[in-house]
Amino acid sequence: MKIGVMVKNVPDTESKIKLSADRKSIEMQGVKFVMNTYDEFAVEEALQLKEKLGADTTVTVFSLGPERLVETLRTALAMGADAAVHLTDPAFEGGDSIANAKVLAKAAEAEGFDLILGGKQGIDFDSAQTLSAVAEFLGMGQAQVVTDIEVGGDNTSLKVRRRIEGGDEIVDVTLPAIISCEKGLNEPRYASLPGIMKAKKKEIKKLGLSELGLSADEVGAAGSGTQVVGYSPLKERPPVKMLEGGPAEQAKELVRLLREEAKVL
Amino acid sequence: MAIDVSKKGGSFLIAETDPEEVFIPEDFSEEQKMFAKTAEDFVFNEVIANIKKTEAKEEGAMVGLLKKAGELGLLMIDIPEKYGGLELDKATSMLVAEVISKGGAFATTFGGHTGIGTLPIVFFGTEEQKQKYLPRLATGEIVSAYALTEAGSGSDALAAKARAELTEDGKHYVLNGEKTFISNGGFADVFIVFAKINSEDFSCFIVDRDLKGVSIGAEEKKMGIRGSSTVQFILENVKVPVENLLGEQGKGHRIAFNILNVGRFKLGVGCVGGAKLAFDDTMKYCKDRHQFGQPIISFGMMKNKVANMATNIYVVESMSYRTAGLLDEVLSSIDKESAEAANLIMKGIHEYVTECSILKVKGSEMLDYVVDEAVQMYGGYGYIEDYPVERYYRDSRVARIYEGTNEINRMLITGMLIRKAMKGELPLMEAAKRLQGELMEMPSTDDSDNDGLLAEEMKIIRNVKKVGLLTTGLAFQKFTTSLDQQQGVLGGIADIVIEGYSMESAMLRTQKIAAKGEAEAATVINMTRLYVYETIGKVDLWARELLAACAEGDELRTMLAALRRLTRHTPIDTLGLRQEIADTFIDKDKYEL
Repeated sequence: MKIGVMVKNVPDTESKIKLSADRKSIEMQGVKFVMNTYDEFAVEEALQLKEKLGADTTVTVFSLGPERLVETLRTALAMGADAAVHLTDPAFEGGDSIANAKVLAKAAEAEGFDLILGGKQGIDFDSAQTLSAVAEFLGMGQAQVVTDIEVGGDNTSLKVRRRIEGGDEIVDVTLPAIISCEKGLNEPRYASLPGIMKAKKKEIKKLGLSELGLSADEVGAAGSGTQVVGYSPLKERPPVKMLEGGPAEQAKELVRLLREEAKVL
Repeated sequence: MAIDVSKKGGSFLIAETDPEEVFIPEDFSEEQKMFAKTAEDFVFNEVIANIKKTEAKEEGAMVGLLKKAGELGLLMIDIPEKYGGLELDKATSMLVAEVISKGGAFATTFGGHTGIGTLPIVFFGTEEQKQKYLPRLATGEIVSAYALTEAGSGSDALAAKARAELTEDGKHYVLNGEKTFISNGGFADVFIVFAKINSEDFSCFIVDRDLKGVSIGAEEKKMGIRGSSTVQFILENVKVPVENLLGEQGKGHRIAFNILNVGRFKLGVGCVGGAKLAFDDTMKYCKDRHQFGQPIISFGMMKNKVANMATNIYVVESMSYRTAGLLDEVLSSIDKESAEAANLIMKGIHEYVTECSILKVKGSEMLDYVVDEAVQMYGGYGYIEDYPVERYYRDSRVARIYEGTNEINRMLITGMLIRKAMKGELPLMEAAKRLQGELMEMPSTDDSDNDGLLAEEMKIIRNVKKVGLLTTGLAFQKFTTSLDQQQGVLGGIADIVIEGYSMESAMLRTQKIAAKGEAEAATVINMTRLYVYETIGKVDLWARELLAACAEGDELRTMLAALRRLTRHTPIDTLGLRQEIADTFIDKDKYEL
């Protein structure tokens, strides 16, 4: 089975996010990037499937973005992925989810994956639509927010468990298909030291506009139907106040504060 | 293995170093950062997440972590590839040790296994011993411990009472004795044990846990690092096969001291990791904690502490990786396939034994300073077990005691320098004599080197190194061969030498960073200036004390005049500098450059 895993890198959750002066973009300088948390589940699941299905199963990670992505691709290789594809071209810059999905779908098509895994959403912009868009472009079936994957006996279908409101939905999916991964699916492994050393020797294939047979007007900002016009940060939370005294006193003080300070009562 | 004199261990005292030749943390490769990331994820998600279990000595919790570290390859860094290891460079080894040290007691467990527990076999084992033990030590399949100390012999290790007798058939040694404070003893499978053959020849043995007559005492109740196992190790008529003699009969001291000497640099850099963790926690706490209507981090005295803590971490971090660079350079010339490789590697590391001791002393004292201030900044809550700094404060204290007390290491620092000078390996005395002559001449009025970035600070550092030379030379003239009996003098000289290496290491790193752009180097420039000006006064005080101990009358007056020339400086606004330094770290929330 040929498994593709879509990964992206996102600012570390501990990073302090600063907006540019015009509030139209985020200052990337000094921000530490790590693999998107949900994508880690996807990589792990692919590696576990490979371990289960045997040697003729391959895991290829692929991603679209700037040079800093290499670090994340390298991490996936160190975890045990076989190959990596880095989609990079000045023309790809500024793309929205749909424009990016066009590029990703083109690359996936060329690779001929039987199964594509990815995180259920990026924890940076939270649009949660790239994976679905790729599925649409490729005409593949898709199952979102999956917490369990079982491969059918003949390797042509999957039985997956989807987290829905109040319970789980169990779905049969015919391959090729795209699955988005949710927390609980597995416990991602760490890249071991020998794994990191092996990753150094694995190739990261770089593909741009012409290699993919795309034209500049269908990708990047030019190919996007949406455009970010600005960001507005949440108001900073005032410091936490600990109330003292017994339960009755605390309740009384709380009501007083809600009425006099917060003015919500 | 020929080493250029300007690169010889201890040469920093008499030679100048080109900043571009110094290894600094900013030079880490993508791969080295990935190793560190794995170590960091492991420490936070596995070690710290389970700290309550390990601190309560829950059965199997600590050894389980060690096995997990083994699965990730964290135990195989210093083991040759031939025996299942990765044999990575020392900079990587130190970086991983730094990160692992954020795990408190786990760091001691880790060091006990990978350092003193494994290295004796790496450096002194026979081919058979290496093949039998190293691959399993590399993966964590078996755990090791080092058993040197006894109740009556700590620093004076050679006074050990444990003994070994060869059996009549010549096939076994029968070991008897009791070893104390054995880290990892509670769960180790193999012990590196020191005992005297025929009560005379101090020797080393590899002892398997399952041999008849081996037993373990109760766990010690320690002040800190409570999660680590520390027990008594008892040998009663234990029959150890002769092939388990490690090294030669009567040469156990070579193993005992060399292993401590070559393992010490990791303890120093480990203190950097511990200090960074304490610093980061404290920053977050002090930003959240409000008093008088504002976060306590905004108060001037707290900012003073932030700046001092960060600066001291920066200094020890700089000297750690500078030392790593020295070690890697000397080791890079060794053919790892050669039969002599292990011996050459050990000798290579030993070249920098002074630097390694400096790192251990300075690192452990820096850590104690940082955790002490961390408790202070947490206020009353810092004294309560629910907050992590309470544990950091207890955990850190042992670093000044184990792997050679800081007192023994101070003796080593000065002692090794003098020994190298006596053996003609380092032209220290010649340099001291030249300096004395130079100081008798009229001061030069040439101020040509007073321009440029940090020029004044560089002059101070050069002078501090000269103060080190001046005091060493004078002490040697006064006490000659009995100098090794003058512990007060040796310790005082060591203090000055330590600061020479500390200040210079910070300076070299700062210069290397600033060469890429002064604007981005603003904070490290400030920290270097703060450290230099803060330390020069201390050096002056120590040197005066030493001069008074080594000279009197006219000679003392002449020497004091010379010292004044070397330590003269115009104070700068260090208080203002601290506020500036603190603000940059407060903005970042953590120790990050």
